[in-house]
Amino acid sequence: MHPAFSVIFFTTTSGAGYGLLALLGIFGAAGIIPSERWFGLTGLVVALGFIGVGLLSSTFHLGHPERAWRALTQWRSSWLAREGVLAVLTFIPAGLLAVGWVFFESTSGFWGVMGIIAAILAWLTVIATSMIYRSLATIFQWANFWTLPGYLMLSIMTGALMLGTIVMVFGHGNRVIQGTVILSIAIAWVLKYVYWQYIATHKSLATPSSAIAVDGAEITPLDPPHNSANYLMKEMGFSVARKHAEKLRLISHVTLFALPLLLSVLVYFTSGPVAIIASVVAMLSSWLGVAVERWLFFAEAKHTVTLYYGAQSV
Amino acid sequence: MTSLPHATNKKLGLVIDLDTCVGCHACATNCKQWNTGGHMAPLTDKNPYAKDPDGVWFNRVHSFEVKRGKTNPGLTVNFPRSCLHCENAACVTVCPTGASYKRVEDGIVLVNTDKCIGCKLCSWACPYGAREYDENEGVMKKCTLCIDRIYNETLEIEDRQPACVLTCPAGARHFGDLADPDSDVSKLVANRAGRPLMPELGYKPTNSYLPPRARRVEGTDIGAQNKLEAVSPRKGFLSWVDNMLSR
Repeated sequence: MHPAFSVIFFTTTSGAGYGLLALLGIFGAAGIIPSERWFGLTGLVVALGFIGVGLLSSTFHLGHPERAWRALTQWRSSWLAREGVLAVLTFIPAGLLAVGWVFFESTSGFWGVMGIIAAILAWLTVIATSMIYRSLATIFQWANFWTLPGYLMLSIMTGALMLGTIVMVFGHGNRVIQGTVILSIAIAWVLKYVYWQYIATHKSLATPSSAIAVDGAEITPLDPPHNSANYLMKEMGFSVARKHAEKLRLISHVTLFALPLLLSVLVYFTSGPVAIIASVVAMLSSWLGVAVERWLFFAEAKHTVTLYYGAQSV
Repeated sequence: MTSLPHATNKKLGLVIDLDTCVGCHACATNCKQWNTGGHMAPLTDKNPYAKDPDGVWFNRVHSFEVKRGKTNPGLTVNFPRSCLHCENAACVTVCPTGASYKRVEDGIVLVNTDKCIGCKLCSWACPYGAREYDENEGVMKKCTLCIDRIYNETLEIEDRQPACVLTCPAGARHFGDLADPDSDVSKLVANRAGRPLMPELGYKPTNSYLPPRARRVEGTDIGAQNKLEAVSPRKGFLSWVDNMLSR
């Protein structure tokens, strides 16, 4: 599948934003992070900023962005519509959480409940995003069990790294948050490793033979249906050399998981400027890593339509 | 509504004969000609007269070489690919705007281009590559089963068929109601063991493809003698010469 820049940017940016928002809501309600005005304002502005910029960028790849509001209407059948509805709904408790935190310096009681609801809706939004891909039977690399937990955990992980950085900068660092950061990286790493193993060892039931309803030992294209690349070949036929993918996976392993994990452990045992710098580097590294991971998620996805254009398996 | 109907009154669709298709692209060409002025009009092109022309087509005719082991002869299969108007049309359910829909009355899958936002998700959801994005218009386009021909009362009754079916010089394309077991298309599917494409994905396509008939390789396959023997005259002058010389 063609890795469209706007979709990669949207899913990673809003993913991190929702991850941060959910952790702010939960840790705020639990009293683990302070209900101090400027800290809350910073955290929520960053979270909602990432979500907003991400959502906005998702409309850039549309043929008719001015009709984007229509995408909220078909939530009964469409995961894309459900994602849109949940994304909009999340702003309500998130906004109320911000009111409590910034104006009343409180994250308990009613404001705490808003924090919990915001967290639940944020996670549901990310789950809806993952289900857009998970529900496509056409792409085996997406339509499997590991897509949903991968998306959700990477959202939590990138959000946790941002929260870790913000609490460090404000001098509110504590072991629960840093422990959450380390744990989320470890779980996300395992999930992504299992996902990559899974797609390397399994493939779709669809074959060139089932695609053209003719049995044969070997089916190869003879004359092309058209002389130059069409929409299908550009959108679905995007292929990345195996060697290239291996390198990008290695970059993902290092920048998304290994380096942030190492630095987060360092942060756990240190404090002051060292901890702040380590947090910032870990966060920046995860941004690069998650963009590469998302690019691979698209580039390694093989659509069944490629069976008509010479692919022997998908 | 992008929820699929529980059942449709008819299942209008195509039956395509892979045995007789000659791969001439007439279906694709006539489809483009009719539909660029029809329900989904226009079917725009980019660089139509330049080096890399690219445009919206509802029909694409592939051709494949099929190897079938050492004992069976190989096949060349011409394969026209278009919308199959699936029962489980995921292209409809994934649509966030309600632009995609499946009609209850005849099962035809259509796009309302006034509602389409051009998110392309439906084309991702289609296993068969039936939907193509119109870059000029910013919306998705697809086969309408010539909805503007088959119900068109200004046309002669024999012309109320999809453009691809009417134009096929090999008679390889057939149009009808596949929900009716007594229709000509249903009988074709039953007699020729018609097959759906990629049934393992669960889309339940309405269109059916008739596989190539068994190849007739030996003389006896067509009722000829397996071995030709020299004809000897039984009477007349040559017979007498033959008898004399055979002594």
